[in-house]
Amino acid sequence: MLSFLVIALVTLASAAVAMLLRNLIHSALLLIASWGGIAAFYLWAGAEFVAFAQVLVYVGAISMVVLFAVLLTRRSRADLALAPEALGRAVAALVTGGAVVGVLGGAILSTRFTTAAPAAPPPALTVRDIGLLLMGPHAAALLIVGLLLTVALLGAIVIAAADPAGKEDDVT
Amino acid sequence: MSLSPLQLCLLFSSALFCVGLIGALSRSNTILVLLGVELMLNAANLNFIAFWRYGPAPSPATGVMFVLFAIAVAAAEAAVGLALVIAIYRHQKSVRLQEADRLKG
Repeated sequence: MLSFLVIALVTLASAAVAMLLRNLIHSALLLIASWGGIAAFYLWAGAEFVAFAQVLVYVGAISMVVLFAVLLTRRSRADLALAPEALGRAVAALVTGGAVVGVLGGAILSTRFTTAAPAAPPPALTVRDIGLLLMGPHAAALLIVGLLLTVALLGAIVIAAADPAGKEDDVT
Repeated sequence: MSLSPLQLCLLFSSALFCVGLIGALSRSNTILVLLGVELMLNAANLNFIAFWRYGPAPSPATGVMFVLFAIAVAAAEAAVGLALVIAIYRHQKSVRLQEADRLKG
């Protein structure tokens, strides 16, 4: 249980600091730490395959895409430091977030969950089981996800691709 | 009153959800808003794993399968979102949300 508290504290702290910082690069790097903390939580809960999927997809792939997006959308080195946000927006966001966390926390604390025995081991699930499930009952979903990823990545390339020369005149 | 591990996990994920929500609402940089949304999605995945591990009748695989597919969809969403950010930057020379109001009625 102590390791869970450490993981939760590190994850929440890095996420909160990432959302507070003014430097985009620092925010992105701290969010990578936060995603790594979530992967550590999956490992702690006994879902090893999901943990490594999280590391591969978030810590490996999405972080690189985010860093490239940060670096491609700046004009100069000084551009990375953002202007401070409007105070009204920040206060409104804090009030909204506090209200949501209050409602969620109250609901969680006042609900009596019928849990399995806390000391029970996690459900036995080997990589072989996951592979058989993906190829058997979930084969259609796997194919659809593959198609979705292909279409989404092709669409991302089309959206982000540079316009042909001469067509940028109409942009003000 | 002592908290069960399931409640601790749910509190952790709701706290993470609210950090992402506050970030997405308060920042005006498009990339940071997208990252806040990603944090909220991750918090939802934490719930699946928590209920898979401690739920009333732990099923052997349902939660894990759901999280795997959710991670795949989140990857597609992040790729398209960041491509949109780059496209907006190319047109507006800025990624501030307040300046991307071309579609405003």
